[in-house]
Amino acid sequence: MLKRVHFKHPVLPYLLVAPQLAVTLIFFIWPAAQALWQSMLVQDAFGLGTQFVWFQNYLELWGDPQYLNSIKVTAIFTISVTALGIGSGLFLATMADRVIRFASGYRTLLITPYAVAPAVAGVLWLFLFNPTVGILAYLMQGMGIAWNPLVNGEDAMIMVIIAAAWKQVSYNFVFFLAGLQSIPRSLIEAAAIDGAGPFRRFWTVIFPLLSPTTFFLMVVNLVYAFFETFATIHATTSGGPSNATNIMVYKVYKDGFVGLDLGSSAAQSVVLMFIVIALTVVQFRYVERRVEYGT
Amino acid sequence: MGAIGIRDVRKSFGRTQVIHGVDLDVADGEFIVVVGPSGCGKSTLLRMVAGLEEITEGEIAIAGRSVNKLEPKERGIAMVFQNYALYPHMSVYANMAYGLKIARKPKDEIDRRVREAARILAIEDYLERRPGQLSGGQRQRVAMGRAIVRDPSVFLFDEPLSNLDAKLRVQMRLEIKQLQRRLGTTSLYVTHDQVEAMTLADRLVVMNAGVAEQIDTPLEVYQRPATRFVAGFIGSPAMNFLDARIAEGGDLRLPELEDPLARHPGASNHAGRAVSLGVRPEHLRPPENGEAPGFQLSVDLVETLGADTLAHGRIDDTRHELTARLPGTHKVAEGERVPLTVDASALHLFDAQSGQRIAG
Repeated sequence: MLKRVHFKHPVLPYLLVAPQLAVTLIFFIWPAAQALWQSMLVQDAFGLGTQFVWFQNYLELWGDPQYLNSIKVTAIFTISVTALGIGSGLFLATMADRVIRFASGYRTLLITPYAVAPAVAGVLWLFLFNPTVGILAYLMQGMGIAWNPLVNGEDAMIMVIIAAAWKQVSYNFVFFLAGLQSIPRSLIEAAAIDGAGPFRRFWTVIFPLLSPTTFFLMVVNLVYAFFETFATIHATTSGGPSNATNIMVYKVYKDGFVGLDLGSSAAQSVVLMFIVIALTVVQFRYVERRVEYGT
Repeated sequence: MGAIGIRDVRKSFGRTQVIHGVDLDVADGEFIVVVGPSGCGKSTLLRMVAGLEEITEGEIAIAGRSVNKLEPKERGIAMVFQNYALYPHMSVYANMAYGLKIARKPKDEIDRRVREAARILAIEDYLERRPGQLSGGQRQRVAMGRAIVRDPSVFLFDEPLSNLDAKLRVQMRLEIKQLQRRLGTTSLYVTHDQVEAMTLADRLVVMNAGVAEQIDTPLEVYQRPATRFVAGFIGSPAMNFLDARIAEGGDLRLPELEDPLARHPGASNHAGRAVSLGVRPEHLRPPENGEAPGFQLSVDLVETLGADTLAHGRIDDTRHELTARLPGTHKVAEGERVPLTVDASALHLFDAQSGQRIAG
């Protein structure tokens, strides 16, 4: 702790923190407050008339089947993206950890998807899965699987989940690889002498020791799936077909900037904020307890 | 049950050969210590016995059965690692029970064996703790407990004491020795510490650059080192070596000196040969009353250890450096010339080129 005497002038310390405070206030607190205020207003599409309605916008959300559908879609989407992204990242990292030749080459290749912009990644998968020209769609049709993400909601959901998870795999991969390399080799060897096969070694020794990494990635991936997948959805399905991929963050945009229902849009974003806060608290409270930070 | 046979074992990493054909027979219940400087291949040899490294050439047999193609778990071994390698996310109990659980032993048997091992090692009070909550010595005990509960036919130790402080190391050294005596399990122990090696071993394997230079009892290794390397590696302070030549009748001469340094009966048939003359610091002594001194030591530096005094200097002002270990009561000052002598029986002769022992 710095003592009072360090600053001779009483205003100086406030001046020193002022820039940071200003940034926080202007770019975080003020917009958040604006959203809160806006969420209690009803405005006509041209912005000519505004009415203060208290919690009317929130109450209407609970009666709106489209909003309830969006919650369901978001839950499926988020959980799938997180599970797929973490699972694939862990799998690839485990495999890459065993590679001896050209190890850095493989690693660089596996990291590149992270450098691809979300919208580009979305379009990439859109083309691959396109029922007319997409190579993956072609292969699936060849195997007799009816595939059309432009019409079928489930197909569309699978497509955006893959596209969104694909981008996150690289990120997860890097962290898992670092986690794996920090596990002492002698631990694995001790387990091998104790009679544990590769599969058992993974689940009883390696995976528990990776749990801090897994936990961290879970938090990051959930937040990613909630918010940062906007561009992926926007570039591929635009929330369709028939709202099958209309996740909450996309619905906020659609209702606000396309539908011009700013009050409801603001209310939705406030709800979204609270959901993410609640999820993070739950994770730190209940999931983190099971995490082994080791020594 | 736990005899180990190592037959002409070689190991290469890529094109680099690190072990050049080691032969070793370990009798059941014997405590063998492999000692050598870092990079001599001793750990690699141990890891090949454990099954953690592939055997490039040769054969390793445990209990009369070739284990070249067996997985570590099928070899009936237990290993104690330098960094203990305890599972940090498991309790001490779970650490020790892990192997037994995998072997699908009944629960009550696991419990009995873990508690028995914990009792032997005096770690019963820590069974519920995590390794992170234990001190170095306690972790070392848990690592040994994990080895004991498996009731292996061979114990492998990979420098198990090098992470401990000096005092604890001495204590654990004694405990390992007692434990091994009590269990009677064949043990292969790797270390770079010669004190550990001398005190623990029934027989020593001194390794250098991938070759076992000598395999013998600690005392024999000390008294009759097979090569110059072994002579210099075992013993502290290290043996003195002088470039000498054998003259007629077994006289040992230094080129700069007129008088022969000593006469060695075993050297008489090697007249004219260039040798490395080895003499341990503790075998140099002041001449007794009436005895003629062998040479004078011009003392450059004195180290007083209390029980002993180490005098570093040169023989008769030549370039030949020498260290003598004198009794602590013997007063020596720097710059002084001290008359010293050595018994011919305490001299070691090694071929100047090959380093092989010649006589003595």
